[in-house]
Amino acid sequence: MSTPRQATAPPQFRRDPDGTHPPLLSPDYRSARLRAPLKTPIDLPQRLTEVTGPVFGDGLVRPDDADLTRGHAAEPAGQRITVSGRLRDGDGRPIPQSLIEIWQANAAGRYRHDRDTWPAPLDPNFDGMGRTLTDGEGHYSFTTVKPGAYPWKNHHNAWRPAHIHFSLFGRSFTQRLVTQMYFPDDPLFGQDPIFNAVPEAARRRMIADFSLADTQPEWALAFTFDIVLRGSDATPFEGDEHE
Amino acid sequence: MSPTRLLSTPAQTVGPFLSIGMTWVEGELVVPQDAPGSFWIRGRLLDGAGDPVSDGVVETWQADPYGEFSHRAPLGSGGPTTGGFGRSLTRPDGQYAIHTLKPGRVGDGSGALQAPHLDASVFARGLLHRVILRIYFGDEPGANAQDPVLATLADDQARSTLIARPDDAGGYLLDIWLQGDHETVFFAV
Repeated sequence: MSTPRQATAPPQFRRDPDGTHPPLLSPDYRSARLRAPLKTPIDLPQRLTEVTGPVFGDGLVRPDDADLTRGHAAEPAGQRITVSGRLRDGDGRPIPQSLIEIWQANAAGRYRHDRDTWPAPLDPNFDGMGRTLTDGEGHYSFTTVKPGAYPWKNHHNAWRPAHIHFSLFGRSFTQRLVTQMYFPDDPLFGQDPIFNAVPEAARRRMIADFSLADTQPEWALAFTFDIVLRGSDATPFEGDEHE
Repeated sequence: MSPTRLLSTPAQTVGPFLSIGMTWVEGELVVPQDAPGSFWIRGRLLDGAGDPVSDGVVETWQADPYGEFSHRAPLGSGGPTTGGFGRSLTRPDGQYAIHTLKPGRVGDGSGALQAPHLDASVFARGLLHRVILRIYFGDEPGANAQDPVLATLADDQARSTLIARPDDAGGYLLDIWLQGDHETVFFAV
């Protein structure tokens, strides 16, 4: 007799097509030159270790962890915004109860970090870190301030476009992803080697949409950022829009 | 009707300030420090010049000592997650450290057993996407010799980049080389 554990074949997650992720060796990004592996990676079949992943309890996050404007003596400086969206897999299935971590610079473009020393002010009312669990339908929402652009030393007069770092877990080791969310129409996109390391057709997927409908009157501008992690070859799901 | 296919969000680097968003209290403790049979896996994260990568993170995921991914084993009672997940931000000298138990052998889907292993993701400034490796154990020569993943690697030199060697403190050591003559074998999953 087979056991119930073996009766269900584990899901197999589809490889992302070429043109989805940045090549590790993107020479315009100087930090990659000595850190990008140069050998071709070996294919790892997806067995139980690869198709399982951590389960996060509610105790890991507190409700206020999703509001980066709270927890200090006063509100941080800058444009108050909400960043909301839905975490789904490539088959359109929402991914519930999944951890999202974000971190970002303050409104002046300064990170609260020992190694960020450029002459923009720190904000005593802003740490720049948030986390949340998606709800039963994969929705998430953060309240924060719009991060500023900041200079770095990658090339002459290099500036990072405003961005928020996003860390996603999904359901399995295979779906783990860290990305950056950008803001619409940033004039700094053209000179940024990190944004442009992503193949052109996929860059749009890293840019949030402004939403007047979700903007809260007299309170906060709203941005929408939907995130898609790799789908599996289990039964597909009907009904959601194609990109 | 054709199935829905949404295109994946692209990866980006964690950047140099990852510790702001990725710091977890006791993230290195997959199990509590005093868990019977527990040990540290340590090593350095190194770049192609042999310099330490001090702005990186190593995350691990593993079965419990019974080779299961259910929650009946003590794994997870130390850290903030359920199950065998660990996270170690690298220190100024590039060191990472994960405190855990040796996982049991997990089936390979065709009736054979894999050797005890952890899956690991490495993120860092300069890595535009994570890189993936496995951590095996040097005191499991019999299981390692039968492991279907290790068997696909070119030679013992390649396999040695994934096999942590026992140290004097009852733990294990494995340096992770992102580039260079000692470059670790990385996987596409």
